Amino acid sequence: MTVRNPAAIAFAGISALFVAILIGVMAWVGIDSPRTGRFDASFSLVDDRGNPVDQSMFKGSPSLVYFGYTHCPEVCPTTLFEVAGYLKELGEEGMPLKTYFFSVDPERDTPEVMHGYVTAFTDRITGVTGTPAEIRKVIDGWRVHAAKLPGADGDYHMSHTMSLLLIGADGRLKGLLPYGADQDQALEKIRDTLL
Amino acid sequence: MIQNLFRLLAILVSIVLAGAAHAHGFQVGELKIGHPHARAMLPGAKVGGGYLTITNNGSADRLLSVKADRAASAQLHEMKMDGGIMVMRELKDGIAVPANATVELKPGGYHVMFMNVSQPFQEGEMIKATLTFEKAGTVEVEFVVGPAAGGAAEMKHDDHAAHAEGGK
Repeated sequence: MTVRNPAAIAFAGISALFVAILIGVMAWVGIDSPRTGRFDASFSLVDDRGNPVDQSMFKGSPSLVYFGYTHCPEVCPTTLFEVAGYLKELGEEGMPLKTYFFSVDPERDTPEVMHGYVTAFTDRITGVTGTPAEIRKVIDGWRVHAAKLPGADGDYHMSHTMSLLLIGADGRLKGLLPYGADQDQALEKIRDTLL
Repeated sequence: MIQNLFRLLAILVSIVLAGAAHAHGFQVGELKIGHPHARAMLPGAKVGGGYLTITNNGSADRLLSVKADRAASAQLHEMKMDGGIMVMRELKDGIAVPANATVELKPGGYHVMFMNVSQPFQEGEMIKATLTFEKAGTVEVEFVVGPAAGGAAEMKHDDHAAHAEGGK
């Protein structure tokens, strides 16, 4: 390779650039979707009964995990009603499943507020809240999205990931259920991935 | 013969009920406000969503604001789903109602957001509200509260009929 062909150099340069762009795109897409691997953050939060919870909650049992907030007029209640429906349909078969509703708005969602809210759906959903910094560790740990959008008069709304996370007993993400998923398909996916 | 009479009666009853089902509507100027409805709120919830249809048979107008005694304030929102992420946007300039067009406030799109509701909306209640339009002015309406589980947009006609008398 002593011949310095300018065309070859140009070609190599273009190839390198192309590969760099490809890696960039892959990284960008990867960042945008929830983590498929192991959850490796540590956190310290409280459930809706005031009991402390930490990262060990994702291990030992498969779980359905949702990020939302109680000041959410539509997608959160719809999803949690659907989750309650899945648990009912699964019956005995679904008993190993844990269900967690993490507040992305912990400043307004106190354990008391969360308790009244989650128990309205079923007795199987555990609400989780705490300090914004600790909640952020879970949001970032699963690479889901949650952001505050300021509104009028100091009010605000949250934008957040609408998918339900399906997490295996090994603490790894096994799949996602999109908002508005068909119940039969959702049950099939839960059975396939978690039960 | 008697059977035929019964059949006719059944048809008449169903027509009357169907009429009642659509009676839950309001009018201001050239604007028809169809079936305002809300979702029952859950314990602890402070906000409620409101939905309705605006049919404009006249010139372009704009829904500017909504007021309700039961809510400290009410905003007009647009919900968008963007790549699996829910984004809620307040529409400070209101919602345009083009001439001779129908605008729907429905789950997954435009909606009224009742804020800081002290007494959660309960299924079967009627929530009084005032809509203000840029040109047509104000109109008093009542939102029918449907089940908390949602599906309010696809409420069965029986539900409409049951609440129709409240609509005036």
